[in-house]
Amino acid sequence: MAQGGWISRWPVLRQLRGEDGRSRAARSARTDALRPRTEQADSVARSVCPYCAVGCGQLIYVKDGRVTQIEGDPDSPVSRGRLCPKGAASKQLVTHPGRQKHVLYRRPHGTEWEALDLDTAMDMIAERVLRTRRQTWQQEHEGKTVRRTMGIASLGGATLDNEENYLMKKLYTALGAIQVENQARI
Amino acid sequence: MAECHPVGFQWVVEARARGARVFHVDPRYTRTSALADRHLPIRAGADIVLLGALINHVLVNELDFREYVLAYTNAATIVSADFRDTEDLDGLFSGFDAGSRKYDPSSWAYEGVDEEPAAGLRGEQLEGGAHHAEVAGADQYGSGGAREQASPPTDPTLRHPRCVYQILRRHFARYTPELVEQVCGVSKADFAELAGAITENSGREHTTAWVYAVGWTQHTVGAQYIRTASILQLLLGNMGRPGGGILALRGHASIQGSTDIPTLFNILPGYLPMPNAHEHQNLDDYLKGAGAETGFWGRKRSYMVSLLKAWWGEHATADNDFCFGHLPRLTGDHGHYSTVMAQIDGTVKGYFVVGENPAIGSSGGKAQRFGLANLDWLVVRDLTLVETATFWKNGPELATGEMRTEDIATEVFFLPAATHAEKEGTFTNTQRLLQWRHKALDPPEDCRSELWFYHHLGKRIRARLSDDEIDRPLRELAWDYPEEGERAEPSASAVLREINGTGPDGRTLSAYTELKPDGSTRCGCWIYCGVYADEVNQAARRKPDSEQSWVAPEWGWAWPANRRTLYNRASADPEGRPWSERKAYVWWDAEKGEWTGHDVPDFELTKPPDYLPPEGAVAEDALAGTDPFIMQADGKGWLFAPAGLADGPLPTHYEPQESPVPNLLYGQRANPARRLYDRPESPYNPPESPRFPYVLTTYRLTEHHTAGAMSRPLSYLAELQPALFCEVSPELAGLVGLVNGGWATIVTTRTAIEARVLVTERVRPLRVQGHTVHQVGLPYHWGWDGGGLVTGDSTNDLLPIVLDPNVYIQEGKAVTCDLRPGRRPTGPALLELIREYRDG
Repeated sequence: MAQGGWISRWPVLRQLRGEDGRSRAARSARTDALRPRTEQADSVARSVCPYCAVGCGQLIYVKDGRVTQIEGDPDSPVSRGRLCPKGAASKQLVTHPGRQKHVLYRRPHGTEWEALDLDTAMDMIAERVLRTRRQTWQQEHEGKTVRRTMGIASLGGATLDNEENYLMKKLYTALGAIQVENQARI
Repeated sequence: MAECHPVGFQWVVEARARGARVFHVDPRYTRTSALADRHLPIRAGADIVLLGALINHVLVNELDFREYVLAYTNAATIVSADFRDTEDLDGLFSGFDAGSRKYDPSSWAYEGVDEEPAAGLRGEQLEGGAHHAEVAGADQYGSGGAREQASPPTDPTLRHPRCVYQILRRHFARYTPELVEQVCGVSKADFAELAGAITENSGREHTTAWVYAVGWTQHTVGAQYIRTASILQLLLGNMGRPGGGILALRGHASIQGSTDIPTLFNILPGYLPMPNAHEHQNLDDYLKGAGAETGFWGRKRSYMVSLLKAWWGEHATADNDFCFGHLPRLTGDHGHYSTVMAQIDGTVKGYFVVGENPAIGSSGGKAQRFGLANLDWLVVRDLTLVETATFWKNGPELATGEMRTEDIATEVFFLPAATHAEKEGTFTNTQRLLQWRHKALDPPEDCRSELWFYHHLGKRIRARLSDDEIDRPLRELAWDYPEEGERAEPSASAVLREINGTGPDGRTLSAYTELKPDGSTRCGCWIYCGVYADEVNQAARRKPDSEQSWVAPEWGWAWPANRRTLYNRASADPEGRPWSERKAYVWWDAEKGEWTGHDVPDFELTKPPDYLPPEGAVAEDALAGTDPFIMQADGKGWLFAPAGLADGPLPTHYEPQESPVPNLLYGQRANPARRLYDRPESPYNPPESPRFPYVLTTYRLTEHHTAGAMSRPLSYLAELQPALFCEVSPELAGLVGLVNGGWATIVTTRTAIEARVLVTERVRPLRVQGHTVHQVGLPYHWGWDGGGLVTGDSTNDLLPIVLDPNVYIQEGKAVTCDLRPGRRPTGPALLELIREYRDG
């Protein structure tokens, strides 16, 4: 590239002179000053894509308490740094404005959502579990011991962690809830 | 694969660049077809005929890998004289009871050698059919085999008329290239090319792999699709070897993990069955009925007792059967679709839906929503307001007048969830690889992980218990996980450590072979034992690809025992030598007296190839040094399954529940043991009905995920695929009067939905049994809400609720429909249209 003042380095001028606008003549001083967000991150976490089951490695970059970028992990023998359109868009999964961040409550026959604090919601749910369990308890069925409730069911998605599934199965089994199912059936 | 598992598909592309030939069998032409050597369009629901004809081609031309087949499969095993094939009974196997629509599989057993084991086996087999059918029992052997003899009678010449090899020959004799053309719509020339390619590419020097996803499983014969592929791969010697296998492409980040550590009604962690009220009063009864005594499944007492110890700690003792009585008992099918019916009937009062959206994602959406509307309370945990949470506010039944918000008494709690970036834990990917995710940041506001939710829910429940006996399992539950940070997040590491298990000294165990039946070890999931070996989170290992072998054993941790290829003893010949230098993977080192190779050997390290089991041996000691399939009772790959399946020991072609053509092979049209719901919420299109003349198949798009909650709210993805569309061929568009970019209404007896029309040659009409069969392709990612930037009708609302009898998966990939130009009617007029279709 010829040396000179900013005018001669101006991409428009260089391209008018016949340099390739899809190559180096597209670069400006501003382009040269751009730095990737990943360089400025406060931290980077090694993670795994939450969509399909290929299990591509992800690097999650965080700055000032916000996810600023998610990229493929080049070290992964599974994915070698690549992500598909969903994996590449997964930053939005964390940051999109439509994400619900507060507990909502709909009372029986209610026509609108109401606000509810998390602690109260947890207490209400625990009470309902115990009440329903007691009301629907089956000690025996057709003369055989079953010690269960047919009144409580669960359906989980297959983006749950192993540790989460483990606590779910353990707690439900101790409660006597057997209708515990997962996307893995479907 | 290129569409739904794009990054996994890079390996296929790479293999092709190195000379592999790629065939794509799919009703539609996709990005996978574009990169394959050959695309074979097939009628949805006909794959057993295609695979069965490949088996027949191998058998008739004796192209099987004979040395492998004789040593490693049950080809030579002799089957009971009572067995009758579908060829004998016009589409039924022996043992079918038309009243209960269930099989008694006792006539499928291996021939008995003496009274003692035969009598013991007979008990289970007699009960087996009904039991399997009731509780999806085939799943119970997910990591083990059904009970059978370790050393049944055989005929190594393969000439005995009742040996498995000869039974296979007779069973598949009519699965010819002509039949493939008639039933699948695949030409004889295309079939010949496929058959030539897979047989030329199998044997000592080569292996062939089959890759599938729910296009094979979502059928009333779903489990048998996979069985057909298993038979083919065993005959060709492609199991347990590098570059071989049958690879399930699972569609969710930890759907494999959700089966291993199941939130499924019929199994406990590690594929141990849930106990059944009628058969399992105590631990001994339970273990007797839970599958094989020989092979590694023979150690199931150690696995079960260690699980009970992990759950009930010091309260679980030998004197109280290790709290086996704390486990609730099954009495039948308590699966997802039966649970929905129980909601409609009012039995189920409370429902937790976590990270799932059945109002859109499950078949027969209307039944799902009627179930939700009849609950006392519903807890939905998700990232956005999925349709399952908002059915009472804006569901389609409000528009038709079938529901009114004010009438719906369901109390709904919506709790926002944490994303994958905001919590730590493991996913198990499609190749059984556990990978630990580190947390990038805390979840915002009220958002919490499921780990937090269930840990704290459990604490609150336990704080409210009585002295009542029914509360004892909760009182005695080991539920003491360390908490971290201001949100009191339970430690996922501590949970993973419990899953791994600990020994008498309190330190983590290294392998499931260390588990004991006496209560001295604890382990939350025996197949995951070793993931926390040496007190190190092995799933968090991330040694770069470039710094280790091509097997990459130091990236994450694969169950079991960090083995990357299962049953890899079969990669060596009976003497323990690699079948070829090219395909060397695991072999016997006679000098050192142990197995070695590129992977962790899937065999006892020092069991020599010439080991013969002594009389009466149990567990793994009952298997010879040449038995690679160590979870099976006889250590053999089962070409013929003498027990463990609800719908037959061999795969047989049945038409889907809804099909435009009769079954060309048998008078029996559809799988006789399929799970039907005889209820108004679950109507079916009549078979061969002119009212529903087209085949409908559903699928995913690259740019969306399942029911849409993880993709429709994302602007990048919503913009790439903004609207529901149906794919139709130019011929079908002309026939129905559809215009590209216009609207079509797709109708079944369940409902009608509308979609934009995509007229494309990617879907081709097929000639089947002399008729032209048109297929319609529909993705299913849309719904009316779900926080989506794009919305649309729900495809799954069209689907019937009819299930495979082994695993209770729904038939979503091959149903029938009608097509009409234009948009669907709205309001009560929609119901009127469906009534016309139902009543004619």
